[in-house]
Amino acid sequence: MTEKYNMPDERGHFGPYGGMFVAETLMPAIQELNAAYQQYLHDPEFIAELDADLQYYVGRPSPLYYAERWSRELGGAQIYLKREDLNHTGSHKINNTVGQALLAKRMGKTRIIAETGAGQHGVATATVAARLGLECVVYMGAVDVARQSLNVYRMKLLGATVVAVESGSKTLKDALNEALRDWVTNVDNTFYIIGTVAGPHPYPAMVRDFQSIIGREAKQQCLAATGRLPDALLACVGGGSNAMGLFYPFLNDSSVKLIGVEAAGDGVETGRHSAPLCAGRPGVLHGNRTYLMADDDGEIIETHSISAGLDYPGVGPEHAWLKDTGRAQYVNITDNEALDGFYALTRMEGIIPALESSHAMAYTMKLAPMMGKDEIIIVNLSGRGDKDMQTMAKREGIEL
Amino acid sequence: MSRLATTFEELAKTGRKALIPFITAGDPNPEFTVPMLHAMVEAGVDVIELGIPFSDPMADGPVIQRASERALAHKMSLKRTLAIAMEFRKTNQHTPLVLMGYLNPIEAMGYEDFANAAQRAEIDGVLTVDLPPEEGQECRELLKARDIDSIFLLAPNSSDERIIKMDEIGSGYIYYVSLKGVTGAGHLNTDDVETKLKQIRAHTGLPIGIGFGVKDAETAKIVSGLGDGVVVGSALISKIEANLDDLDRAKYEICDLLTSMRQAMDERSV
Repeated sequence: MTEKYNMPDERGHFGPYGGMFVAETLMPAIQELNAAYQQYLHDPEFIAELDADLQYYVGRPSPLYYAERWSRELGGAQIYLKREDLNHTGSHKINNTVGQALLAKRMGKTRIIAETGAGQHGVATATVAARLGLECVVYMGAVDVARQSLNVYRMKLLGATVVAVESGSKTLKDALNEALRDWVTNVDNTFYIIGTVAGPHPYPAMVRDFQSIIGREAKQQCLAATGRLPDALLACVGGGSNAMGLFYPFLNDSSVKLIGVEAAGDGVETGRHSAPLCAGRPGVLHGNRTYLMADDDGEIIETHSISAGLDYPGVGPEHAWLKDTGRAQYVNITDNEALDGFYALTRMEGIIPALESSHAMAYTMKLAPMMGKDEIIIVNLSGRGDKDMQTMAKREGIEL
Repeated sequence: MSRLATTFEELAKTGRKALIPFITAGDPNPEFTVPMLHAMVEAGVDVIELGIPFSDPMADGPVIQRASERALAHKMSLKRTLAIAMEFRKTNQHTPLVLMGYLNPIEAMGYEDFANAAQRAEIDGVLTVDLPPEEGQECRELLKARDIDSIFLLAPNSSDERIIKMDEIGSGYIYYVSLKGVTGAGHLNTDDVETKLKQIRAHTGLPIGIGFGVKDAETAKIVSGLGDGVVVGSALISKIEANLDDLDRAKYEICDLLTSMRQAMDERSV
């Protein structure tokens, strides 16, 4: 890539993907948000406030940790972990919610809504809402409420109202539908904090920009530690915000391979998965054109993944573009493989990763041995596994 | 002149307003829909909006989402919705039929194939909820070339700029969403609607159908005094939902509600 990457266009297009596919009832809200975002994106005061929050509230910069023992064990590339799991609230999600909450405050909104899958984005949203004294309502699929009950309790502690969504497949996509309905109804006083790089413009670009702190830090830290750029970046992809945040500052560094890891569930060949980039088709859902899990009639198919945070039938439009242009490569990891990644990192490095991040860990175990010892991989450890203790214990037949 | 334009013109001559029901194709089963469409025409409706079932109807409330879910359980699709429209046309050549739905089923079929199929089914208009003017030029032009109207929504918070845009590119009628929210929601404030309608009329000569929040003969009567047409959806679908074990009764109650709306609206115009 010789020309400087400059996506999206002013209406949010990444090639044929992205855009603003929303009902007219939402258009004024989207336009208001976009105008505010464009205004504050380059506002020194806004940026200074954001930087201070990221440093003192979130705890940034997050370390780039050299996984020496795991690297040796796998016998190939040197593995570095970007420790987003050490952020306040336990994942990368807070980078974005801090940013959007500051924007909400400047726009004079008094009420925050969000959708959540694993609950990490919901917790990160409830957290910033508590801090700013804003009302907060989080929509969560009823299936996810059941499998991520710890996070539901955390959100309630933080003062948020958690609405269990009973429509459709009762997972993340249905939570998003419900949040959009709330927004359309309460558009005057409500700010919708979307948790991933999807949705109508400007969300994909805005969430990417807030998350790109991950990649900016990783680049500097890698240069400082090793004197050179990494050879490959690895991150799990549901909607794709942690991956986009890591990849974005490296897009013009053509020597750096970008690899996104989707959730293959029971296996892509079984149809029970959440891997639209690997096995889906382009379509329009939730405000943007992107790769989707849909049938021949264009109806959205139910997805499956052991990790609630990856259980979504779409993916950020910029990933769709990076796939088509070949700048990034997308692979997939099954539930069982992700569990191998989960146990490996836990026992080898004493770090318990989230089940979402475990997908990236599992692919690291495949990739690193095929690379030379002088090569470097940065893996985004996007969240910690505390929230998954019940799921894991249950799988092992243990009652907590 | 399109069937929609003719219909609104003839209504205007007699000072009457259009009664526009919405039902979802294939709800609660594919066999129910064609006879229901004919029965609604007999009950006195002027234009019919036929919903294309979609798995994720973001702009609709729970009543219409469940209608989609019931239809999809019977493997309804855009193709089968078009087949229903074609079947209806065999014995009705005068009632305009508007397809209403979300973009992804149309994307999956392909814009050109969809436009051709809609033309074969003698569809009069298409309202794609999540296809705003900015993204919809290609689809709109394909439909226009086949004399199919593109119908757009306007909302209480739509700016003058948006109204002017819809006037430029829309045809048939404009669907005014009378309140902020999803289909089947709350109560509408007629003063607010009246004020907004003045603003819209200042920029467009297109007929204006008003929907969202029309529940009974009384609201239909009030709303018909404000616009050129009254759209009723969730209130009808609720009748289906309440009578899933007795669909003849559902059909009867829908027609009964529409007849009472028709009478109330016509009383007003006399």
